[in-house]
Amino acid sequence: MKKLFLIGLKDLKLAFRDRAALTFTLLAPFLLTLGLGFVTGQFGGSENGIGNIPVVIVNQDEGELGQTLIEVLRSEDLSELVSVTVLDDPAAARRQVDDDLAAAAILIPAGFSQSVIPAEGQTAAGEPVALILYGNPTRPTSVGVVKAILEEFIARLEVGRVGGTVVVTQLLTAGLIQPAQAQAYALAMGQAAAFDEQPVIVLATNVASEAATDFNPLAYIAPGTALMFLMFTVSNGGRTLLTERNQGTLPRLLVSPTTSAQVLGGKIFGTYLTGVAQMLILILTSTLLFRLEWGDPLGVLVLVLAAVFGACGWGLVITALAKRPGQVSIVGSALMLIFGLLGGSFVDLSFMPPWVQAISKITPNAWGLDGFTTLALGGGIGLLLKPILALLAMGGVLFTVSLMLFSRRGMMTG
Amino acid sequence: MSAILEVKDLVKKYGDFTAVKGISFAVEEGEIFSLLGPNGAGKTTTLSVLSTLYAATSGEAIIAGHSVTREPMAVRQIIGVVPQELALYEDLSARENLVFWGQMYGLSGQALSKRVDEVLEQIGLRDRAKERVKTYSGGMKRRVNIGIGLLHKPRLLFMDEPTVGIDPQSRRAILDSVKELNRLGMTVLYTTHYMEEAQELSDRVGIIDHGELIALGTQKELTRQVGEMESLILHIDESEDPQPLAEALRGLKEVRQADIGDHAVTLIVPEAEEALAPIVTRANELGVKIRSVDIREPNLEALFLHLTGRALRD
Repeated sequence: MKKLFLIGLKDLKLAFRDRAALTFTLLAPFLLTLGLGFVTGQFGGSENGIGNIPVVIVNQDEGELGQTLIEVLRSEDLSELVSVTVLDDPAAARRQVDDDLAAAAILIPAGFSQSVIPAEGQTAAGEPVALILYGNPTRPTSVGVVKAILEEFIARLEVGRVGGTVVVTQLLTAGLIQPAQAQAYALAMGQAAAFDEQPVIVLATNVASEAATDFNPLAYIAPGTALMFLMFTVSNGGRTLLTERNQGTLPRLLVSPTTSAQVLGGKIFGTYLTGVAQMLILILTSTLLFRLEWGDPLGVLVLVLAAVFGACGWGLVITALAKRPGQVSIVGSALMLIFGLLGGSFVDLSFMPPWVQAISKITPNAWGLDGFTTLALGGGIGLLLKPILALLAMGGVLFTVSLMLFSRRGMMTG
Repeated sequence: MSAILEVKDLVKKYGDFTAVKGISFAVEEGEIFSLLGPNGAGKTTTLSVLSTLYAATSGEAIIAGHSVTREPMAVRQIIGVVPQELALYEDLSARENLVFWGQMYGLSGQALSKRVDEVLEQIGLRDRAKERVKTYSGGMKRRVNIGIGLLHKPRLLFMDEPTVGIDPQSRRAILDSVKELNRLGMTVLYTTHYMEEAQELSDRVGIIDHGELIALGTQKELTRQVGEMESLILHIDESEDPQPLAEALRGLKEVRQADIGDHAVTLIVPEAEEALAPIVTRANELGVKIRSVDIREPNLEALFLHLTGRALRD
């Protein structure tokens, strides 16, 4: 075990002396995060990292709830986050988005209120209608924020609707109110639900945390780029195994009193250590320079350990399949970009087609981003169980496959 | 003396190609034993099997009582290996390399530090120990490469063509260090395709060609196989083709064998003085100008030529 650690530490030392590799492992993700931050306006002076998302809204609802949604969006809680413009024409609203003048358009259809609140004299609501969110694909993060606000609004209305229906029905049954009063009661309860005393928490729908906070898009960009370049690091780590074989240090290790399992374990450990070091340095740097809050430190650490484990599995599979170090570099770079795209490092996965979202599950990027976003939104380590288990399972399966391939190819016999 | 290494009918195949064809030999404790042969003869493959890197296809090798195939870890504690190619971490310093490799041989703490200092002194790199290996000259890298093999004071040191591709000064230093190590009691198995190195260093020599051990013994025993024959080396102009001259000289009764080299023809002759006149006459007839002639006593080069009909060369 000691030799395994020594080989790993040696590889970590070598990784940090390789200037070319350092450019990719540390400098490139840092610069990309910086660049994306500027592009998305995260370094424009806003303290919270995002604000004044331009949203156009068209209210065709004759009832109260359409207006309530506008008021929610214009409420004090969201005043710094979204900038709402009300239009009459849905086509004009869409054009604003198409022309990149707005991040999203919200179209409130006619009958929206009635689909939630029973009409006067009735105890049941009308046919359901859908709120329409028309998003700007060049502003995925902003669209994500608006989407989350709508989801939160709808969720609260749903709670209010179900609860209100039950209460109003019971009041009617008990003869405490007249059918003509039912709508007013239901409306009052619906509005109370929409303007809950709790602050409106955006993008908190998949976190369900009491400690949810405002979301800084850099908290998505930074882990996205870090995870993408992690794939480079792990494939580069795998490449060193083949490089060592070619340069003679691997055969030399194999004729020392060191078992092939120790040598392979040490090489994997070295790659793992390098990946962990890369992630932690990037996290620390972005915390210090961008004042980015990654969330619960323990959760971040555990997630980093799991994400690097999953990514290492991929790096090892590439190495086991390749014949030459150059092949690992090429395939590793390609996989870095493909996983970056599929895993949501460039575009928020929620804007991807369902089949892409399904495929993304094979990437450590998707699971890692899921976890980092959860943490950035205030979630604790308890909410990371799913991504962490997925990453560990991914690593476990890929490690097993790699070892079988190594064994079949006799790669550890010089 | 007792044998520290015994090789019996060792065979190593790669698919259909047989690199080592059932060789047998023993190396006595305390001697320098050279495996001499041209490139591709099977020297490195033999060392790779003996150092436990590759498994033998058949046959057996015993090192200090331990089977190479059944007890590889015990064998690895006894042997040191200096590979032909530089096997170093170029982004580490010489000291860092030696410390790492010492740890792989189980050294640690004060013992490791002391031993690293000793080896750095031995290879003459103490002053530049903290510099990264990639800044070293080829000769200095070779010395580090050798130093790694010495760290754990192996009883048996395998050196695979350690002087390939280096300058004469570094080569001289390496040959001297091999003799010094041997003087201190280390047994050395040395492979080379340089006849002069084998002659200078070895107590005994095994000549290997096409995976077969074709001769084995002390230098006296081996050169005796050539009899009283001498070697004549005819140096010709660079513009001349040595092939027609070699073919013509093979027809002379005074010449036993003729082989071509770089702008030279090497001849095995019973009596150099008697053979010289007809040789020069035949060369003149062919219009080939002989620039100089070397006459050499029977040596391993002559033996190789005698046994294989070919010269030892790269």
